[in-house]
Amino acid sequence: MLEMTPATSTERTALKINPAKTCQPVGAMYAALGVHGCLPHSHGSQGCCAYHRSHLTRHFKEPIMASTSSFTEGSSVFGGMANLQQAVSTIFEMYDPEIIAVHTTCLSETIGDDIPTIIGKCQNEGKIPEGKVIVHANTPSYVGFHVTGFSNMVKGFVKYLAASTGRRSEAVNLIPGWVEPSDMAELKRYTAAFNLPTIMLPDTSSVLDAPATGEHSFYPKGGTTVAQIRAMGDARHTLALGAWASSDAAELLTKQCEVPHEVLDLPIGLAATDRFISALAKLTGTAVPQGIEDERGRLVDVINDMHQYLGGKKVAIWGDPDQVIALTEFCRDMDMKPVHVLTGGNGQAFEERIKAILADSVPGANVKQQGDLFLMHQWIKKEPVDLMIGTTYGKFISRAEDIPLVRFGWPILDRVGHSYFPSVGYTGGLRLATQLISAIQERQDRDAPDHAFELVM
Amino acid sequence: MSEATATPSAETIREELIKAYPSKVGKKRAKHILVNDPAAPPEIEANVRTIPGIITQRGCCYAGCKGVVLGPIKDIVHIVHGPVGCSFYAWMSRRNQAATGDGVQNYINYAFTTDMQDEDIVFGGEKKLAQAVREAYATFKPKAIDIFSTCPVGLIGDDVHAVARQMKEELGINVFGFSCEGYKGVSQSAGHHIANNGLFKNVVGEKDVAIDHPFTINILGEYNIGGDAFEIERILEKCGIKLVSTFSGNVKYNDIAVSHNAKLNVVMCHRSINYMAEMMEKKFGIPWFKVNFIGADSTAKTLRKIAQYFGDQTLIARVEAVIAEEMEAIKAVRTEVGGRLKGKTAMLFVGGSRAHHYQDLFSDIGMVAVTAGYEFAHRDDYESRRVIPSIKVDADSRNIEELHVEADPTRYAPRKTAEEKAAMEKAGFAWSDYDGMMAQMRKGTLVIDDISHLEMEKLIGFYHPDIFCSGIKDKYVVEKMGVPCKQLHSYDYGGPYAGFKGAENFYREIDRMIGKRIWKMIVPPWKQASPAA
Repeated sequence: MLEMTPATSTERTALKINPAKTCQPVGAMYAALGVHGCLPHSHGSQGCCAYHRSHLTRHFKEPIMASTSSFTEGSSVFGGMANLQQAVSTIFEMYDPEIIAVHTTCLSETIGDDIPTIIGKCQNEGKIPEGKVIVHANTPSYVGFHVTGFSNMVKGFVKYLAASTGRRSEAVNLIPGWVEPSDMAELKRYTAAFNLPTIMLPDTSSVLDAPATGEHSFYPKGGTTVAQIRAMGDARHTLALGAWASSDAAELLTKQCEVPHEVLDLPIGLAATDRFISALAKLTGTAVPQGIEDERGRLVDVINDMHQYLGGKKVAIWGDPDQVIALTEFCRDMDMKPVHVLTGGNGQAFEERIKAILADSVPGANVKQQGDLFLMHQWIKKEPVDLMIGTTYGKFISRAEDIPLVRFGWPILDRVGHSYFPSVGYTGGLRLATQLISAIQERQDRDAPDHAFELVM
Repeated sequence: MSEATATPSAETIREELIKAYPSKVGKKRAKHILVNDPAAPPEIEANVRTIPGIITQRGCCYAGCKGVVLGPIKDIVHIVHGPVGCSFYAWMSRRNQAATGDGVQNYINYAFTTDMQDEDIVFGGEKKLAQAVREAYATFKPKAIDIFSTCPVGLIGDDVHAVARQMKEELGINVFGFSCEGYKGVSQSAGHHIANNGLFKNVVGEKDVAIDHPFTINILGEYNIGGDAFEIERILEKCGIKLVSTFSGNVKYNDIAVSHNAKLNVVMCHRSINYMAEMMEKKFGIPWFKVNFIGADSTAKTLRKIAQYFGDQTLIARVEAVIAEEMEAIKAVRTEVGGRLKGKTAMLFVGGSRAHHYQDLFSDIGMVAVTAGYEFAHRDDYESRRVIPSIKVDADSRNIEELHVEADPTRYAPRKTAEEKAAMEKAGFAWSDYDGMMAQMRKGTLVIDDISHLEMEKLIGFYHPDIFCSGIKDKYVVEKMGVPCKQLHSYDYGGPYAGFKGAENFYREIDRMIGKRIWKMIVPPWKQASPAA
C-alpha cells in the first residue's frame, strides 16, 4: 500500500499529491440542501454536478438531488446564459422547487457568466413562477476549497433573502458550519434547552438523514425555509460556528441588516462546547440547564476514567480548518499529543491558531495549511503516531503504516453513523472520546502477548 | 411500495413520460424513448445534448478520458491539470483494481493535480504544469506521465501538448497530454474517444516484440471494476490463451506498448473502446470482434468464439473442457437462485455497455429486462454497428478528432487473409460486429436513452421492477422507493461479476438484494392493514 511514497519529503511548489481538500461547488451544493424545497443547481459542465452528487451520496448514503446547466463547447464559447435559462424553465416545470440555488464552477467563472443578469432576465421573461426564488453564489473552483463554497452559498442565501423590517425579533441566527445533519439536530436541541428561538441556516437534519418510508420525497421535510431566511434580518444576534464556514454570512448579516454577530469555534470537544454553552447562557441571560451540565459531567468523567489510554498518545489530525482546530484543542485537553496537524484548506490563521493551541504541550508539532495527504504520510513515516483522525482518504496511510484511524470530517465514504450520531456538544464529545479510546484499546488488544491480554481495561 | 397493478403497455407508458414534460422538452425526449422491435430496431436519438436542468445521470468528457480509459493504467503518473476537484473525485472512486507486487510501480491509490489557483487562470498554467511534471518525475521516476485537461485549461489556452513534448525531451520518458476538457462532447463518451486517440498515438505500437505463443489476444474495454479482469485472466490462462494487454484494467504501460503484437483483439465495452479496435486493425492488421464476459452463458460463448478464431483443435477441446468444468462448479447456485428469481423483472439504466451486458447475467437466472437504456451510448450501441454510416455528425461530435489511420508500412500484417475472413464469415463468423441492445431485448420493451430523474421515478411507478440497476446518484432514490438498486458502475463495492465465478457472485448478490427481509418491514406494524407474514 502506497509503496511509491518515499520517506523523505522534497519541496513541491506545483504538484499536489493526494489532496486533503476539494473544490468550492460541492460545499455550495451541501449548503443548499439545507434549505427547504431547494434544488441546488450547478452552472457548468455536467461532470461537476455528477461528481458532487456522487460524492455527497457516498458520504450520506442518501439521495442528493441537484441539476446542471450541461455546458457544451458551444456554451463555453458563447456563454452559458441560454443553458441557465433553459435549466430554470425545465426545473420549475418538472421539479417545482421553492427555490433554486445556483452555484458557479471554474468553467462559468473563467468565461465570466454574470449570474445576476441571467436571473434578472429569467425574471423579466416570466420564467420564475410567482412566489418562487432563485439565488446564486460565485464558487470558482480555483479559489479557496470546498468550505469556501459552503460559506459562499450560505452568504448567497443571506444576501438575496435576509432583510430587516425594522422590528427586532427574539430570534437568534445560528450558522452551524459544515457539520453533519446529526450535529445540526444536536445544536437545535441545545438552543431549545435554553428556550432560545433560533433560525439555523443551513439545516440538513431531516433532509440528509431521511427515513425509509417506501416513498422518495424529492424535497424532504427538513431544511431552513425561505421565510426563515428572510426573517434572519430581524434577528437580535448571530452565532457563527467555525470561522472558515460561517463567519462571512454572519458578517454580511451585520452589514446588511445590522444584526450583531460573534464567531465561535465549532463546539467539538469539551472547551469549545463550554464556550458555545456559555454564549447561549449569556444570550438568554439564564443559567445553564442542569441536564446540560450533567452531560458535561459525563464527558469529564469518561475522559478522567480512561485517561491512561489517551495521555501522551501521539496523534495525526487532518481535515477542514474549523474541525481540525476544535479537534486539536480537544485532543490536547485529553493530554494527547497532536504532532502532525494539517488542512488542505487555505489560511495562515489556521497555522497560527494550531500553534497557539499546542504552544505548551507540543511546541514542535508539524502544522500546515494547504497541505496534502502525501505530505502527511511522509511526516508520519518520519515520526510515527499512535492514532490518526481524519477523513476516509486516510485509510491508505493507516494500512500502509499500520496505525488505527478514527474517521472524522468530510468525506467519510466507507463507514456509517456520522450523519446519525452527533460529534458536537458534550454528548458528541463523549461519542468522539469513546471512538478514540476504543481505537487505542483495540490496538492494544491486538498487539498484546497472550499473558498480557487484559480482561478488564 | 405501491400495490402491484397490471402494467400498462409500453406505448401508454411512453406517452405518459412524454406528457409529463413541457411540450418542447417532451418533443425532444420523444426521440429518446422508443418501444422496441428486435427484428427492426427503431431509430433512437442518442449521443446528443442533455437538456439543461432535466437532472441527468451523465458526467463529462474528462471523466470518460481520465476516469474510465486511462486511469486504470497503474504505472503511469496521471496528472490532472486543473482546479483540485476533478482530480479529487476521480481518485479511487471507480474501483478499477490493480494488482501490486513484482516490483511494479502502482499509482492507483494516488491522485496528482496542479491544483490551479486564480493566478494560474489569469496568467496561464503552463509553467506550473511543467513544474508539476518535473516534481512528479523527481519524486517517483515513473515509466510515463500523462496530463489531463479540465474545463478552464482549454478556455485559457494552456497548451498541454506543448508542455508534454517539452517535458518528454527534458526528462527522457514518455509524457503525453489529453485535451479532454469537461465541456467537450455531450457526455463521458467524447472522453473515451479522445483517450483512444491519445493512447493510440502515444503508446500503442511503441515496442515490437515477438511473443512466442500461438494464441495471443488483447481485451479491449475491460477496466477491472471489482476485479472482473482478474477473473477473466484466470479463465484465459486456464484455457491456454495468452493475454497480451487489457485496455486498460490491471495493466502496465509496457503491456499497452506491446499490445500490437497480439493476434486478436476482442472488445468488451464497445462504446468506450471500439475506436481502438478499428485503428489497430487498420494499422497493424489485427481483426476484432465483440465479446461479453458478463454472464456464464455469454462467457462460454465468448471463449468458444475465440477458440474458433484460432481454429486449433487442441485449443477448442481445452476451452470446451474449461467451460464444462466451470459451468458444473456454478450449476448448483445457478439452479437454486434461478428457481427463486425466474420471471422476476429488472430495469437497467447505466453506462454505454453494462445496460446490455448485464441482461445476459439476468437471463442466466431467468430474469427479464422490461426496460433499459444507456447513459452515454451512441445509436450503434442500441441498433447495431450497421447504422454507423447513417449517424448524423453534429456540432458536438464534429469537434472530437477522428484520426486518419493507414496501414503501417512495415508492421501491417493481417492475422487472417481477406479470403480466410470471408470464408469464416460465410460460415457465420461475425467480424467487427456489435448487434446492439435492441436486437436482444424483447418486442414491446421500452428503450430509453439518457434517462432523466423524472422518467426514472415514473418508470418505477409503472413497472414495479424487482430490481433496478443504475449508479450511485440513483441508488438511494430507488431504494427509498422500496425497490432494490444494484449499482452497475461500482458494483456496490462488491464483485467480480465477470466470468464464471463472477456470475456466481452476481446470482447470490441479486438473490440477497431481492430477498432482504427488511423490505417487508418498512411499513410499521401499526400502519399495516394485516400483520406481515
